[in-house]
Amino acid sequence: MAELGPVLEVLLGGLMSGVLYSLVALGFVLIFKASGVFNFAQGAMVLFAALSLVRLSEWLPFPVAIALTIAIMIALAWAVERLVLRPLVGQHGLILFMATIGVTFFLDGFGQTIWGSNVYQLDLGISASPWFLLENLFPGGILVSPVDVFAAAVAGSLVLALSIFFHSTKIGRALRAVADDHQAAQSVGIPLNQIWLIVWSTAGVVALVAGMAWGSKLGVQFSLSFVALKALPVLILGGLTSIPGAILGGLIVGAGEKLAEFYIGPAIGGGIEYWFAYVLALAVLLVRPQGLFGEKIIERV
Amino acid sequence: MIYRETGQFRTSYAEDQAIFRLREDRIGIAAILAIAWVGVPLLADEYLLRAILIPFLILSLAAIGLNLLLGYCGQISLGTGAFMAVGAYSAYNLALRLPELPLLLDFFLAGLIAAGVGIVFGLPSFRIKGLYLAVATLALQFFADWAFLRVRWFTNYTPSGSVTAPVLDFFGWVVDTEREKYWLCLAFVCAIALLAKNLVRSRLGRSWMAIRDMDIAAEIIGIRPMHAKLSAFAVSSFVAGLAGVLWAFVHLGSWEPLAFSIDMSFRLLFMVIIGGMGSILGSFLGAAFITILPIFLNQAPAMIGIRLSTAMVSHLEFMIFGTLIVLFLIWEPHGLARLWQIGKEKMRLWPFPY
Amino acid sequence: MRLRFLTAMYAGAAALAVLAGSASAAETIYYPSLVYRSGPYAPNGIPFANGVADYVAMINARDGGVGGVKIEFEECETGYATDRGVECYERLKGKGAKGAIAFSPLSTGITFALTEKVAVDKIPLQTMGYGRSESADGRVFTWNFPLLGTYWSAADILIQHVNKIAGGLQGKKITLVYHDSPYGKEPIPVLQEHAQRYGYTFEAIPVTHPGVEQKAAWLKIRQTRPDFVFLWGWGVMNSTAIKEAVAVGYPRERMYGVWWAAAEPDVRPAGDDAKGYQGLALHPAGADYPVHKDILKYVYDAGKGAGKREEVGEVLYNRGMIDAMLKLEAVRNAQKIFNVKVPTGEQVREGYERLELTAQRIKELGFEGLITPIKVSCRDHEGSRKARIHQWDGKKWVFVSDWIEANNEYLRPKVEAAAMAYAKEKGITPRTCN
Repeated sequence: MAELGPVLEVLLGGLMSGVLYSLVALGFVLIFKASGVFNFAQGAMVLFAALSLVRLSEWLPFPVAIALTIAIMIALAWAVERLVLRPLVGQHGLILFMATIGVTFFLDGFGQTIWGSNVYQLDLGISASPWFLLENLFPGGILVSPVDVFAAAVAGSLVLALSIFFHSTKIGRALRAVADDHQAAQSVGIPLNQIWLIVWSTAGVVALVAGMAWGSKLGVQFSLSFVALKALPVLILGGLTSIPGAILGGLIVGAGEKLAEFYIGPAIGGGIEYWFAYVLALAVLLVRPQGLFGEKIIERV
Repeated sequence: MIYRETGQFRTSYAEDQAIFRLREDRIGIAAILAIAWVGVPLLADEYLLRAILIPFLILSLAAIGLNLLLGYCGQISLGTGAFMAVGAYSAYNLALRLPELPLLLDFFLAGLIAAGVGIVFGLPSFRIKGLYLAVATLALQFFADWAFLRVRWFTNYTPSGSVTAPVLDFFGWVVDTEREKYWLCLAFVCAIALLAKNLVRSRLGRSWMAIRDMDIAAEIIGIRPMHAKLSAFAVSSFVAGLAGVLWAFVHLGSWEPLAFSIDMSFRLLFMVIIGGMGSILGSFLGAAFITILPIFLNQAPAMIGIRLSTAMVSHLEFMIFGTLIVLFLIWEPHGLARLWQIGKEKMRLWPFPY
Repeated sequence: MRLRFLTAMYAGAAALAVLAGSASAAETIYYPSLVYRSGPYAPNGIPFANGVADYVAMINARDGGVGGVKIEFEECETGYATDRGVECYERLKGKGAKGAIAFSPLSTGITFALTEKVAVDKIPLQTMGYGRSESADGRVFTWNFPLLGTYWSAADILIQHVNKIAGGLQGKKITLVYHDSPYGKEPIPVLQEHAQRYGYTFEAIPVTHPGVEQKAAWLKIRQTRPDFVFLWGWGVMNSTAIKEAVAVGYPRERMYGVWWAAAEPDVRPAGDDAKGYQGLALHPAGADYPVHKDILKYVYDAGKGAGKREEVGEVLYNRGMIDAMLKLEAVRNAQKIFNVKVPTGEQVREGYERLELTAQRIKELGFEGLITPIKVSCRDHEGSRKARIHQWDGKKWVFVSDWIEANNEYLRPKVEAAAMAYAKEKGITPRTCN
């Protein structure tokens, strides 16, 4: 029983980090589903949202700062839709992907210009000291970080809210229609531009939540934008178009890479979590080219 | 007017198959080559050679490599930096462990090793496509970063993990001045560019383009997709590997894996897309654009007499760079090479456009 | 229109490139500063860069430069990237009347890349508290000056300290959490050898750049429960490490950072949880030394400060200031030795090599209490290898030890052996020092 303790602990820690990856991947999926854009700027949006929040909350009460940040993210979504996506409509997916890399650079520079390049502390009032569970079962107990639990809870409720939004509201149905077929959706009178704005705004809000979770863990600073690279394998593993896929992909990647790092890593030099997620995603792709939950790709000549 | 093809008849197959069929093109390219081989080394100072021209040449080479894969065969790769790293570390180990081999052979073998790695990581392309493939090549990028950092054998167990290139001695010709380094890079670039240009006009190149345009259709007309894709991966990574050797041995001198990180891969991707996918000329234009733009942006405010803080300048650099990429994609998704083509069409009619 | 825009831009770029090469002719000392005020390492790069900029501005305003010659100061953004750093170096090295006086890359990677280039260009490379450890041997590394201490010295000092605290390290466990780059790997050979001498078990856990993924590392630490954890990080890696330590319940009092992992940006993001965290200090923090009064008076009161007034005196700010001071002292020395107004890089190197700051001189400079006397020689380019341990009390850094000197009798042969190996590999004939 004693040996099981560390395994459980690593597994749990991995699942918690996985939830954080999922949060970022979720933003990707939302946008890809509705507009077919692989939005590389999601990571930069996470950083931008977190920076805005933490700097605004320095002189505003916290709820006001959150509201204002949401407004900023919506304005950003509007600007991206208007200035980048609309002129590029109908272009090849790769071109759109490149354009979002351009947006990433812009946001990285813009965020630092107005909010500064220092590292800022985001205090959500949750104690960072760990909890120890089941201490009578395992020596030393199983360590759980309250910050992680909080992040997981937030991610869970976010997914729930998004599911309800997608399945039970009128806008949600419109979104799904757009995701299925742009032209058909437009022909039954769904305004595409408006839908895109909504989707990008939602992704902005998701970015804010991800930014809060990551920011409270790491401090708000430039490296937050790198989490996008962590989210890519999650996304691919789960399938680009599936929300449950993003969540499950995150959990698999998180748990897998931590366990691998812990048990295989030392034998071959350590630090394998750096690429493990990607290799895992690659292995899955070789079996299922559309990811675990992606829609089957049908090709015709 | 300037650029007129009237009166130039091609009377043999050889003439019809020449790379530059127009006299004006031939004169132009001869002039460019003369300037590059003789004019530039005579006029350029050390800074221009070392900090701008040499990196530009090497990155053009790498961009040609990526362009063969992405622009001609349509396979997205975000792992070009990794192929360069494979080339650089292979050449380092060959020079270290087999000192009897001539350096030129080391370079060539390093390219071949990179090509081998390219084939292995090209295998998934048979099942995965598009953005999914991009992520698969990212796997290589991260794996290579890790391997050259952690597998100590590759770096000859140096405590710091940073390795240093040997003396560049080519059969007695020791390349040590900036001018010689420039010539060395230029020689490689010219040779590879010529090779690439001919390759894409060959049977192999045409099969790549068929795959790019629609792989299922290509398969139906009798092109073996596996063969075409893997050969594109092999050739592309050979060229990228060679560029990696030059980047490490000639430009940096001593390096660590971070020199070939994902940033490098993204930079090369920008070069190809901004320069023009499916164009050898585009690779050069894109490399020039991406190499010079940050340096230019960095110094432009001081040039026109505005004093900005260093932080402001570097943030602005990010913003302008991002904006330019977006603007480019909106204006001309086919890149700088396409602009050049439009310009050429105009020159043909000038000064009587109608 | 598009074509014209492009043509204009490139014509501009070309003109610029040509201009950049030509030097300005005024009789000034040209001081290039490689900085990173942007990107993932900016939180640590900014205070250092501010310290350098403010000190130079103060010397210009108060003394009219060094030896009556104005200093021309220019920053170049490297973003902590090696190729950008090399480009900056190439662009700035030839500027000014006699070229750049010296370079401080503030990055071990850039230091490695420049080490060979500076020997060709004859410009000193000052790497205060970083760089290659073997470059302390001036016979081989003629142009490198790792003043005040290398990473090998740092590792030795840390071991001496914890040995004293624990009353002997026999049977103890020490874990190093390091930034996986040349920087982080430097101390490993010393810590491994000491493991045998002192009898502790040593484990090194690498953290990949930029260092935001450390969960697995700290879960391992939770299980192996080392007696001490040494942190060899930079930038966001440090604050993340402290946060992860909190998350696994590892006591901060048993964590020791190297001097690049023990400044305000490292502990502040962790808030109160960082209390008790310790680290090496090359010099104290705080803004109540005479030199700060001059900086506040001549620079900040004139509204020309590089940063915020309240940030003067932070750990990395003071380090930047000391870095600039040492460089300018080498210049002053060169002026005296060669009786010139603007020394060349080669002359500045001579100035470095005969640099001696006595307690008296340090007092004159207004640095009393900030640094201890230092004496550089042809053999020894380090000059001094002392540090103290300081601890974060939640608001400020407090000293918990006196100055500890690295054991040079142990380190020196190691430095020389490594330097000789380098010389052999590169075909350098070491100078003889007398």
